[in-house]
Amino acid sequence: MVSLTRFFSKKEKLAEGKTFEPKPYSNPYLVGVGLGLVLLAAYLIMGRGLGASGAASTLVAVTVSKASPEHAAKNNFYKEYLGDENTNPLKDWLVFEVLGVAVGGFLSGTFAHRIKRTTEKGPNVSIKTRLIYAFVGGAIMGFGAKLARGCTSGQALTGGAILNLGSWAFMLAVFGGGYIAAYFIRREWL
Amino acid sequence: MMPYFKFGFFSVDFSLVVAFVIGIGFGFSLERGGFGNARILAAQFYFYNMRVLKVMFTAIVTAMLGLFYFSWIGWLDMSLVYATDTYLLPQIVGGLLLGIGFVIGGYCPGTSVVSMSTGRTDGLIYVLGMLFGIFVFGEVFPLLEGFYNSTYMGRVLLPQYFGVSFGMVVFLVVFMALGAFAAGEWAEKKFAKKGRIAE
Repeated sequence: MVSLTRFFSKKEKLAEGKTFEPKPYSNPYLVGVGLGLVLLAAYLIMGRGLGASGAASTLVAVTVSKASPEHAAKNNFYKEYLGDENTNPLKDWLVFEVLGVAVGGFLSGTFAHRIKRTTEKGPNVSIKTRLIYAFVGGAIMGFGAKLARGCTSGQALTGGAILNLGSWAFMLAVFGGGYIAAYFIRREWL
Repeated sequence: MMPYFKFGFFSVDFSLVVAFVIGIGFGFSLERGGFGNARILAAQFYFYNMRVLKVMFTAIVTAMLGLFYFSWIGWLDMSLVYATDTYLLPQIVGGLLLGIGFVIGGYCPGTSVVSMSTGRTDGLIYVLGMLFGIFVFGEVFPLLEGFYNSTYMGRVLLPQYFGVSFGMVVFLVVFMALGAFAAGEWAEKKFAKKGRIAE
């Protein structure tokens, strides 16, 4: 690469340097149409929508069952994700879908030069504080998603498009909870 | 006839390939929208960047119109499309918790995966937190099981709940979404003045 740059004029070198700057995020309405078409494809091909937290639940249930099979077998929540003994619980639609999410995000980030080892936070908190908040928020969300039988993907987006009553009630509650909490933790972001 | 999988067009094993490909599309869209970045997601709750609202509602409207169209021309059997049963109260309480966790953690489960795969440490820590939260839920599940299964209503979609046609609800949701977009654009202009990054 270094030897190659010798062949470019100074101006071209600058232009080349610029292309490695992270590109701005895409138009939100266009992204929305794209995401909507992905969701529609899932519905038309599979008869089900998207999801995320379900894959995490499978991972937790499998880990618990590896550590203590009797403990997991007594619990209806873990049992739901472990299935019967004939199939590997990790051979699950959502597990494969979420692996795809990681790959798709990485590809998009690569094309737009947005892959970066960093921590996203507001200007007034330390990285350590932000990471503690990330863990605590993640834990609250994991708990809430299981109580609600799905998260923003499985309930709000997927259930929203099929006009599911519970999903719309859920979606309003998410925005409600978010706007109430936002005031109290504004220091993290503003 | 659609959905293809329900009519036995391909095997369960092949459905996992479909899952992976659809997941790639999902993750790609989330990253394009800026949802691998907690600051963009959190901004939704301070009104200065309304990308979450715009992307989410455009996606819901797009998919909803597609579902409506394909069922209207008779290609799609809507009764075979999976919709989670409604358990009203646990879903509302879970939603409130999710909203609180969203603002504190900066992500939701799907976006945290994208954040992690694009190198964000906070995304990785969030995922660990989420797994811990699910583990805690699993451990206390025997105590919660009663509430978890309360206010059961079965598979209820809005048209049937309000006793109006599918098309009417579709029309109202589109109308509402357009209103939300207008409000979102207005809010961004109003709140951007305070000198915050509007990426």
